Amino acid sequence: MRQMSGKWKATAAAAAIFTAALMVWQCAPSAPKGAKKGPANASDQSVAAMKTYVAPGDLDDFYMFASGGHSGQIYVYGLPSMRHLSTIPVYTPYPATGYGFDDESKAMLGGLTWGDVHHPALSETNGDYDGRWLFVNEMNGRVARVDLRDFKTRQIFGPMPNISGNHGSAFVTPNTEYSMMASRFSIPIPKGKSVPIDKYATEYKGVIAAVKIDPKTGAMSQGFQILTPPFDWDLGDAGKKISDGWMFWTCYNSERATGKLEVTSAQKDRDYIAAVDWRAAEKAIAEGKGDLIGGVKVLDPKKVPGIFYLLPCGKSPHGVDVSPDGKYVIGSGKLQGVTTVFNFEKIQTAIRNKDFTGDEDGIPVLKYESIKDAEVAVGLGPLHTQFGGDGYAYTSLFVDSAIAKWKLGTWEVVDKIPMSYSIGHLAAAEGDTCTPKGKYLVGLNKLSHGRHLSVGPSQPESMQLVDISEEKMKLLYDAFTEPEPHYAQIVAAKTIHPIEVYPKEENKNPLAIWDVKDAGVTRQGTNVLAKVVLVRSTITPTAIEVNQGDTVKIVMTNIEQTTDELHGFGLLDYNINIVVDPGETKTVTFKADKPGVFPYYCTNFCSALHQEMQGYLIVKGKS
Amino acid sequence: MHSLFEKSRRFLDLPLDLGPRGLLVLAVLLLVPSYLFPLWTLTMFAPQYGDGLRMQIYSWRLDGGNGGQDIKEINVLNHYIGMRDLTTADFTEFKWIPFVVGILALLMLRTAVLGKMTHLVDNVVLYLYFGAFSLWSFAFKLWSYGHHLAPTAAVKVDPFMPPMWGYKKLANFEVYSYPGVGSYALGLVAVVLVLAMALAWREGKRSLARAPGA
Repeated sequence: MRQMSGKWKATAAAAAIFTAALMVWQCAPSAPKGAKKGPANASDQSVAAMKTYVAPGDLDDFYMFASGGHSGQIYVYGLPSMRHLSTIPVYTPYPATGYGFDDESKAMLGGLTWGDVHHPALSETNGDYDGRWLFVNEMNGRVARVDLRDFKTRQIFGPMPNISGNHGSAFVTPNTEYSMMASRFSIPIPKGKSVPIDKYATEYKGVIAAVKIDPKTGAMSQGFQILTPPFDWDLGDAGKKISDGWMFWTCYNSERATGKLEVTSAQKDRDYIAAVDWRAAEKAIAEGKGDLIGGVKVLDPKKVPGIFYLLPCGKSPHGVDVSPDGKYVIGSGKLQGVTTVFNFEKIQTAIRNKDFTGDEDGIPVLKYESIKDAEVAVGLGPLHTQFGGDGYAYTSLFVDSAIAKWKLGTWEVVDKIPMSYSIGHLAAAEGDTCTPKGKYLVGLNKLSHGRHLSVGPSQPESMQLVDISEEKMKLLYDAFTEPEPHYAQIVAAKTIHPIEVYPKEENKNPLAIWDVKDAGVTRQGTNVLAKVVLVRSTITPTAIEVNQGDTVKIVMTNIEQTTDELHGFGLLDYNINIVVDPGETKTVTFKADKPGVFPYYCTNFCSALHQEMQGYLIVKGKS
Repeated sequence: MHSLFEKSRRFLDLPLDLGPRGLLVLAVLLLVPSYLFPLWTLTMFAPQYGDGLRMQIYSWRLDGGNGGQDIKEINVLNHYIGMRDLTTADFTEFKWIPFVVGILALLMLRTAVLGKMTHLVDNVVLYLYFGAFSLWSFAFKLWSYGHHLAPTAAVKVDPFMPPMWGYKKLANFEVYSYPGVGSYALGLVAVVLVLAMALAWREGKRSLARAPGA
């Protein structure tokens, strides 16, 4: 009996232990391991606050020019405050500055009212920013030049013949000889030719183009083009110092696939980086080589050997970035966990020794093992690399949502910092020049969810300011931006010297007038010319009389020479909205097809009597 | 040897009293949560998914957090590595598990009514077999998902075994896998069945001891 009771106890105890073990309630945590609970360390916050605080009236140390993506604009920020200072309209009408409404900017837009702005490129002298111009590409095959003297778009070049989907742009060469373009979407060329998609691999062509830049004026003109297999050219960077004279582009879809590209273009373990000897191409063009296609001289690398080589690079690379000394070409295969470092000297040796493993339409493919210096295990989804002033490289990791800091030469990853969330590009202070400034880096993130007051489904993108002045990267500030910063340029404030009024003596417009006495309306047949003076606080003349059906040209000169005294000219019901800066003359031409009386007024607040700055357009009906 | 057979025969002949029969009814009641609550839960965190993605596996369907959206999101992510979609239709388990649990419930009720140790032993053996087979089936399912990756996937990863119990780091994700309320209840059923058997055995031995001629 006693023995039985003991057995029973043992059974009961075993059952109890089993139950207890099961009931130790195991479930997942409610937050990821790294999630910070409660406010971050208070001293870190105050350090970050002090590092980003720019007192009222004080100025930032750096400008950042961020691409506005499909907004078609460039956003200007001050660093380290991350304050949005202004928007430079480039490919999209922008009522705030009257861009796209006056005759000149309207003509420049060429009937397109959007552009997908991608990669701003500051003009360079000897591989460093010279603060003169900002070039920026967009997908419809165009490159624009913003003059940094007045932060205005001064030229839109294109659409470029033969180029379709100008993504790999507007990278400039170290002395701004060229701004480069490359097609992301191959098509049969010249444009206008239609070929069935099943002939994609042979009949569709990729094209890269060099846009020539006038060294004095920055004016862009047709350079040359090079025909390539139908790869999807992605991002580029110009060689510098020892690699000056070369241009590099990554591509995906070296499979030459069509259809569901997310699968079909990701089958090969390696795609390519193009290495283009643009000086040799320039020389071949000067020697008269190349065929005229779509009105441009196009070189076929099969017929002109020695200008184009392919470097195998880890699967579907996005960024290709040349180190400040020009020695290393860093390609980031976005579907991998490593970024690949190629050695420029080894590339040259391989070319000399014909160390090739094959060719693509006659373009030699260099042997990977002979030109690679390292595969740096930076993390998942490496996209784009920038440089500090101290021999470190910073690579954005889309999948890991982080930035990896690693050392050039030792290839050692020394630090990682999480980004919120899904970082695309990154921009370090002068981080793609020969002399990066270090100090700051901005992560240009694709997702921002939950890190700002909710504004509905159309979410802003996130930009995070990171301190890179010390061994460990430190997150300083979250800022938000409209879509979509694909890349940015950060330049020391002292490099840029903008004017704040247009000096009267520089205004060469023959229709400009500088005295209200000269203002008035003249007529030639049905063409009416109104010369208008804008000055505090009258629009002279205060009435403009025309007949229905007249073609009316209004030339407005803001005769102010005082900073910040802008005047606007808003004409109701005629969709006319002009803003004229001090010392500037703008023209708008329209058909007065609606009879009646239409008020015009100053839209840009100017003075105590700003409200009174108004007048009437009187359009006499036909009858 | 003979005495062992004799012992087991006497054990199997034991009647079930009120206590073990009550426990059988309790076991049947404990089967009910397996229809109402998840059997297993998977939670995934990544920097981009700070709030986590959640998947609950019920005995008869899959469910995702955020009103089912999390399953769609998990499938979108998995398609990059060539994993096939997680869908309710893909789990034959969702058809036979609810059916088998129902059968087991009926068999347990039968034992509660007929009150024979042999039936209880049947219940325990069948139930443990069901439990073991279900766990194997679940493990095999996870293994299959992690090992049958489309060769055409954009991102090539080595075949992997998703975690069954506990934490595992998979690419940029922290993955946690734990049983849900339904499984804990099913675990308790096993405990209750064994308890019922032990109780019946104890009572049987007592009554044998009391019986004349023993």
